[in-house]
Amino acid sequence: MLRFIVGRLAVLIPTFLGVSLIAFSFIRLLPGDPVMLMSGERVMSPERHTELMQQLGLDRPMYIQYFDYLTGLLTGDFGSSIVTKRPVLDDFLQLFPATLELSLCAIIVAIALGIPAGVLAAVKRGTWLDQSLMGVALVGYSMPIFWWGLLLIIFFSGYLGWTPVSGRISLMYFFPQVTGFMLIDSLISGQAGAFKSAVSYLILPTVVLATIPLAVIARQTRSAMLEVLGEDYVRTARAKGLSPFRVIGVHALRNAMIPVITTIGLQVGVLLAGAILTETIFSWPGIGKWMVDSVFKRDYAVVQGGLMLIAAVIMIVNLVVDLLYGWINPRIRH
Amino acid sequence: MSAVQTTTETKTGGSPPSGLSEFWFYFSRNKGAVIGLAFFLVILFVAVFAPFVAPHSPSIQNRELLLLPPVFSEGGSWGHILGTDAVGRDILSRLIYGARFSLFIGLVVVTLSVVSGVLIGLVAGYFRGRVDTAIMRVMDIILAFPSLLLALVLVAVLGPGLLNAMIAISLVNQPHFVRLTRAAVMTEKTKDYVIGSKVAGAGTLRLMFLTILPNCLAPLIVQATLAFSAAILDAAALGFLGMGAQPPTPEWGTMLAEAREFIQRAWWVVTFPGLAILITVLAINLMGDGLRDALDPKLKRS
Repeated sequence: MLRFIVGRLAVLIPTFLGVSLIAFSFIRLLPGDPVMLMSGERVMSPERHTELMQQLGLDRPMYIQYFDYLTGLLTGDFGSSIVTKRPVLDDFLQLFPATLELSLCAIIVAIALGIPAGVLAAVKRGTWLDQSLMGVALVGYSMPIFWWGLLLIIFFSGYLGWTPVSGRISLMYFFPQVTGFMLIDSLISGQAGAFKSAVSYLILPTVVLATIPLAVIARQTRSAMLEVLGEDYVRTARAKGLSPFRVIGVHALRNAMIPVITTIGLQVGVLLAGAILTETIFSWPGIGKWMVDSVFKRDYAVVQGGLMLIAAVIMIVNLVVDLLYGWINPRIRH
Repeated sequence: MSAVQTTTETKTGGSPPSGLSEFWFYFSRNKGAVIGLAFFLVILFVAVFAPFVAPHSPSIQNRELLLLPPVFSEGGSWGHILGTDAVGRDILSRLIYGARFSLFIGLVVVTLSVVSGVLIGLVAGYFRGRVDTAIMRVMDIILAFPSLLLALVLVAVLGPGLLNAMIAISLVNQPHFVRLTRAAVMTEKTKDYVIGSKVAGAGTLRLMFLTILPNCLAPLIVQATLAFSAAILDAAALGFLGMGAQPPTPEWGTMLAEAREFIQRAWWVVTFPGLAILITVLAINLMGDGLRDALDPKLKRS
């Protein structure tokens, strides 16, 4: 197991270097003068230009600039916003809990509904239940989620008036940020109605973000289950007279879960990509909306830093999933 | 594929079915796939003959009929079946012209990512060693970013627009083809028929492209269909974010972005472009499922 961990970590180093190289080159590939792009000043005298160039280190050879950038990254310096001058890392840490809360809720919903739906479809293979479940799953898989979000807003916020349109919690409530998770913080604050408000704001974005992972998990669970249900040991378990519930729930599901766990791990990227759209539609103050806003504000220092940080999150999650996978399925370690 | 054909031939007996009729036999058993194909052909027809099918021009603004509701709701008229948008353009006509963009985007993205992905994957899987390691590390790097974010940033570098959006989406799609081709090439390369041709004196290029590649096509075709629909979705998402096709292009995602502010007043401006995206993507995905059933030898035996 140790060798496996070390091996996975070793693969991560070149990927990290590559990702940082992309983030580093990004700002230098943009059309326009890098000094102006990085300082945010539109008009400047030649003297000021030279001064800034030295200040930003842009007068030095490219490889030294990259090396400086790398050392910066390793000491937690991801650059500062051109607009607000705040360190990118601070903004990221401030906004990340909102995205994390939304993504966690979405993946929990997706797993809680997707796995039972997939198992049910596999057990009832070929029936109308299987066909309708998989039909719905395919629609979910094909869904343009930015449109789905708008439809839900039209119906639930506009027509029924049940849920708020945008934001994280009603402005009526104010409480200190402890965990950064609105659901938990609102409970800790003890204010009446705060938790309910937080839930009402969270519900539509969660549904939107969960749609594609839910469909993918349901489809993957069904096909993994079908494969396992045809195995000899499942037939043996049945022949032994075990209850169908035990055969499916214990014997089959355990082994069918292995590919499903990989699928769930792969949803991290899907969730973060989905968060960009979901947060934009619902004005959810997370990193997805932050990145889109920064692209539009031409705050390229934030885009660069955010790119690096988001890639780092995905790399870490992938590593954890890989390790978990190796732990569950010892065959993979070799 | 040849191995698969022999098994079915022995099963059916008599004259061996041609590859195409055999494919159709399995594809048509999946009803969803046939429905998907039918829808896709209709969309294709509409896109190709857009100027003849569309009742109005997609860009002419009728200042007297702003935000006219669709025909089946109150106040609608047969003149504009799906109503008009905020500047009085016919929505149905814009959707019909929009089909051209979506299918074109899908086609270009799939072609670009398949050609580059297959070439790179073939090299990686055939030569292995350091070349392979280097290629796969680069693919890992691309895959370390959420695809839409990378596409968004690439478009920010290249400048917003349809062409740049297509280039960006092809780039983020292409690692899937590299991985798939590489894996398929690695399994095929050790098989007897490849070693046989090698002993018989086939050159490297012949081995790569004529001996091995045709036998790796099945999973690639399935992945290409998935990439086709994913490309349409991604391009629409970029358009929606304002980074894809620019207004007044009747691209479906861009139309949605323009319609966002009328969300409370005119539901049809928001509903129909999204429905068009959903139906197109769904039709292609249904076909993809059918293709997988028809091309996957493991499923055929059941």
